[in-house]
Amino acid sequence: MPALLAALALVFLPLSFVTIGGGQTIVSDIHRQVVDVHQWMTPAQFVDLFAISRMAPGPGSLLVTLIGWQVAGPWGALVASLAIFTPTALLFYGVARLWTKYKGARWQIVIEAGLRPIAAGMILSAVYVLLQALDGGWPARAIVFASTACLMVTRVNPLLLIACGAACFVVTSMII
Amino acid sequence: MMMLDEVADRPTALQLFLIFTRIGLTSFGGGLSGWFWREFVQDRKWLTEDEFLNGLALSQALPGVNVTNMAIWIGYRLLGTRGALACVAGIVVPAAFLIVVIAMVFSALVKFEVTHLALEGAAAAAIGLSLTMGFTAARRVRRKPVPIAIMIATFVAIGIFHLPLIWVVLIGGPISIFLAYHGAA
Repeated sequence: MPALLAALALVFLPLSFVTIGGGQTIVSDIHRQVVDVHQWMTPAQFVDLFAISRMAPGPGSLLVTLIGWQVAGPWGALVASLAIFTPTALLFYGVARLWTKYKGARWQIVIEAGLRPIAAGMILSAVYVLLQALDGGWPARAIVFASTACLMVTRVNPLLLIACGAACFVVTSMII
Repeated sequence: MMMLDEVADRPTALQLFLIFTRIGLTSFGGGLSGWFWREFVQDRKWLTEDEFLNGLALSQALPGVNVTNMAIWIGYRLLGTRGALACVAGIVVPAAFLIVVIAMVFSALVKFEVTHLALEGAAAAAIGLSLTMGFTAARRVRRKPVPIAIMIATFVAIGIFHLPLIWVVLIGGPISIFLAYHGAA
């Protein structure tokens, strides 16, 4: 067991540092480590865990928690989660401190000015990729449009929109 | 800690933990940063658009999952170290328990067509959250040729050519910061 937990930590610690943007960027690396290198599970089991991580609310990177659970139970889940979240969380905590301590410094303004167009491009491209991958044809696109419009002009609770989106899909399928 | 005084009604750590727990347990379909935007900038106005977008730019460029990085950013801004801990714990821990439970009933859930349909519909609606935030992020990019060109280049590199994010950030980031430095000088 300790060897297994150590192996889990050694898989996810390095991956933690190459996670850029959302956790989706390292999914293929996780797949390679977990299925091919360590053979902790079959490709089909991995696909299931990935599907669960997409289905569940919360951060998509909880895929790692699930893998830990599958491989070594509760302790596996704990070790894998700590390995993927802690190092970069500490790094970013340091950055947040630095940013508060030197608030308004010139270097900070320059870095922000440099990174903001990149971040805007990243967010929009992520949305674009999601739109392209969207199942469900025009009803799905209509929901995206309606939800965006509602969010921009009203103070509606997002949870209500998400519930409406889900309900629309279920009802439409029953009618068609 | 000057900036803490600027927040009129400063939230408690418990309040922050509960807000992030709620988002962590209800954000079906993803788009968590968009949820944070809605909650902290648009609804509660605890953070300004600029404060949030600066954190988002750093979250995107530095290693680490965006969601946890943003939770740390928001928590630290509002309540220092305790706030960062409360937010990151709130977004990760309850959702981690829930996902294990979902995994246990997964095989029963996926048998029903309605599960897939509901999740697809939820995911479509959740895109609106990211898109709203993306529009504001784009609108708040300085109206100058260089930043706008960099934003478009990033979009094309990732969205159209599917280049790995890490290379876009490692190459585009320093170039963009360099240009910002000389533009400002």
